[in-house]
Amino acid sequence: MPIMIGLGAYLTVAAVVFTIGVLGIFLNRRNVILMLMAIELILLAVNINLVAFSAYLGDLTGQVLAMFVLTVAAAEAAIGLAILVIFFRRRGTIAVDAADRMRG
Amino acid sequence: MIATIAFYLFATLTIASALAVIFARNPVHSVLWLIVSFFNAAGLMLLVGAEFIAMLLVIVYVGAVAVLFLFVVMMLDIDFASLRTGFTRNLPFGVIIALVLLGEMIVAVFAHQEGPMVAGHAIPAARVPNIVALGTLLYTRYLFAFEIAGLILLVAMIGAIVLTHRGRGDTRTPKVWKQLRRRPGDAVRLAEPGVGEGMKL
Repeated sequence: MPIMIGLGAYLTVAAVVFTIGVLGIFLNRRNVILMLMAIELILLAVNINLVAFSAYLGDLTGQVLAMFVLTVAAAEAAIGLAILVIFFRRRGTIAVDAADRMRG
Repeated sequence: MIATIAFYLFATLTIASALAVIFARNPVHSVLWLIVSFFNAAGLMLLVGAEFIAMLLVIVYVGAVAVLFLFVVMMLDIDFASLRTGFTRNLPFGVIIALVLLGEMIVAVFAHQEGPMVAGHAIPAARVPNIVALGTLLYTRYLFAFEIAGLILLVAMIGAIVLTHRGRGDTRTPKVWKQLRRRPGDAVRLAEPGVGEGMKL
């Protein structure tokens, strides 16, 4: 299959998605669910990068690594949402500002 | 030609729906935009021949993670409007950070293109399907890492269950270990009452 799109285009898309994820974390400072979704976007950008490099360098290791990133992302989402649910049960809110029990 | 068009279509939709994720007013809409974004990213990966990762993205993200998010968003009774109060206050700072970050990464991309090519060759035409090659690599060279990944998922599953499990106080569940530990000696007593006398229990 001939590849007509350069590596730079893929990296640019990944960079833009990564930036949108970081921006989402900054904008939705109070909503933990949206922060988790922004983290998923960041990990998606990382995956796009890994797969693009893997394809253009002709090395499958990048795709193996993308799979592991996928694993970690799924585990992180499950644990994060579980913590979110018990936090909501105790406090009745999911605002990050309410998480001051440890005086951080 | 068709690949170029597909690339720009998928890339535009990925970025647009990622923007919609963080700007949507309703978190349910955010999750749905996230699903759109993942589908298009899977399309991007299909274009470079990474079929297995693309399918995995659809299965894991759309099938599991997004549904999990949807469950949690709909389960929690939250006034989401009040959570957006800091949105406009954080906007200038967040946009500045994002622009700086984006500029850095674009510079990095072009610096990479200007520099010496590490491997300038396109991938050779695949002799085996992507999934066969990936499986061969995964089950030989990366077997240990693969097992560790499975272990991480197991720990995450057990952790999520332990965290959210709520023991109810008002149920009378059978205590199986107590029932199994019961022996005839603890429960049965043979007695021989005398004639005309009662039994003392």
